[in-house]
Amino acid sequence: MNVRITLATARRVLTQLGHDHRTVAMLLVVPCLLITLMWWVYDGGPVWGQIGPALLVVFPFIMMFLVTSIATLRERTSGTLERLLSMPTRKLDFLLGYALAFGVVAILQAVLASVLAITLLDLEVAGPVALLLTVAVLDALLGVALGLFVSAFAKTEFQVVQFMPALVIPQILLCGLLLPRADLPTVLEVISDVLPLSYAVDAMNEVQRVSEPSVLGDGTVVLAFTFSLLALGATTLRRRTG
Amino acid sequence: MMNYVGDTTAALASQQQEHAIQIRDLRVVRGERTVLDGLDLTVGRGSITGLLGPSGSGKSTLMRAIIGVQKIVSGKVTVLGAPAGSVQLRDRVAYVTQAPSVYQDLTVRQNLAYFADVLGAPRSDVDRAIDQVDLASYADKLAANLSGGQFSRVSLAVALLGHPELLVLDEPTVGLDPVLRKELWDLFGRIASDGATLLVSSHVMDEAQRCDDLILLREGGMVLAHDTLSNLLERTGAADAEHAFLQLVSEEEIHA
Ligand SMILES: Nc1ncnc2c1ncn2[C@@H]1O[C@H](COP(=O)(O)OP(=O)(O)O)[C@@H](O)[C@H]1O
Ligand SMILES: [Mg+2]
Repeated sequence: MNVRITLATARRVLTQLGHDHRTVAMLLVVPCLLITLMWWVYDGGPVWGQIGPALLVVFPFIMMFLVTSIATLRERTSGTLERLLSMPTRKLDFLLGYALAFGVVAILQAVLASVLAITLLDLEVAGPVALLLTVAVLDALLGVALGLFVSAFAKTEFQVVQFMPALVIPQILLCGLLLPRADLPTVLEVISDVLPLSYAVDAMNEVQRVSEPSVLGDGTVVLAFTFSLLALGATTLRRRTG
Repeated sequence: MMNYVGDTTAALASQQQEHAIQIRDLRVVRGERTVLDGLDLTVGRGSITGLLGPSGSGKSTLMRAIIGVQKIVSGKVTVLGAPAGSVQLRDRVAYVTQAPSVYQDLTVRQNLAYFADVLGAPRSDVDRAIDQVDLASYADKLAANLSGGQFSRVSLAVALLGHPELLVLDEPTVGLDPVLRKELWDLFGRIASDGATLLVSSHVMDEAQRCDDLILLREGGMVLAHDTLSNLLERTGAADAEHAFLQLVSEEEIHA
């Protein structure tokens, strides 16, 4: 790994974002607006208290997935990835550069959404806020890793967007947002047990409900998925192509 | 004995140093097509070699093989004494793809600063390269807002960062006006006289006169000729590179 190239890549990705105000808004403002909308729908009542933590996971996850998958697809199709790999860049430098840049965005996003939910929207959180933020960032990075991975299987931005209903929405439906996972029909519960977003939401629920939460297990599963997806993503970054 | 071993290694090293590019029996298949079929090629150092041929003849494919980003079926591609694409070549060989490969959503200067960081080239190279492709007055414009010709020059400027010993440029002057094309060829000449080797492809045959050597490629990736322009004109009795090419193609067909 080359620290100079990794940092330069992270800085470059952030600079690109800086030129794209709409995408910045989608990453930072839209999750807040959607969370507020849900608070309003449930009139800040008990349901809001139940789904609030899941929403803090789901919306950032979707935004990160979309932005990362399209950004890396562009690198693949515009020839810039090939150019970088013909230079001293290693795959790991490229992947970590992206992970670092979006990690920074994830921190900002998590702070904004969590502070909004806790203060203005009165979401009660029993656990430490710092842990809530950490879990939020890990969950957003899961979206980054998934986005990086699927970009290898799409040729156009249209195809990338098709992964939303195929890979993302089922995870949202089964992650415990609509119904606690334990109350799902057995088959669906088993399916939800192998989906990474379920663990992301479990960890967030734990932080909200328990004053001394233990998120080590769920957090480890989320991290393991993230690293596996990044490693799989690395195998799809090919220097030599047909 | 020691001396003898030393001498052979030195001799071997200098032999490898002689050539910028050495290709033996290169075979490349893309999709269903055999694009290059047993191609042999040697390019000396410190010269400009023009790679000319009609569209689809395999110019880009050959260049990709030299950079080491093209999957090959068989054959050996040696660049500056090392296997094509190997790690030690990554900052010694510069490559400009036919389709410009820079970031639309960065300014000209931000693009070059990033690639300079990746290459470990000094930041002072950034303004130098921007000047060399005549984009100084556009340095802080987003690449997306440039004209096609300006955009491709941003991509070219990236290849001028650092001190590449070999520059592989895939149709760098396409779509540029004659004045700019002349300026760029003057620049290529200066880079070559500083000791670098350039391989420049073009389907515009009149750029042949700016090259020290020409490689004429025909459909199917066959090398029709590899010679200086004057030798080619003499051999074929043609008035320019284009007619020399046509002459060689028809000779080839008569022999076949
Ligand atoms: N990505 C690709 N997949 C399959 N075939 C390709 C690809 N790119 C080029 N080819 C084929 O390879 C041949 C040579 O193409 P190319 O090297 O781009 O030629 P040139 O650069 O001389 O125009 C053409 O017949 C083209 O159709
Ligand atoms: Mg070409």
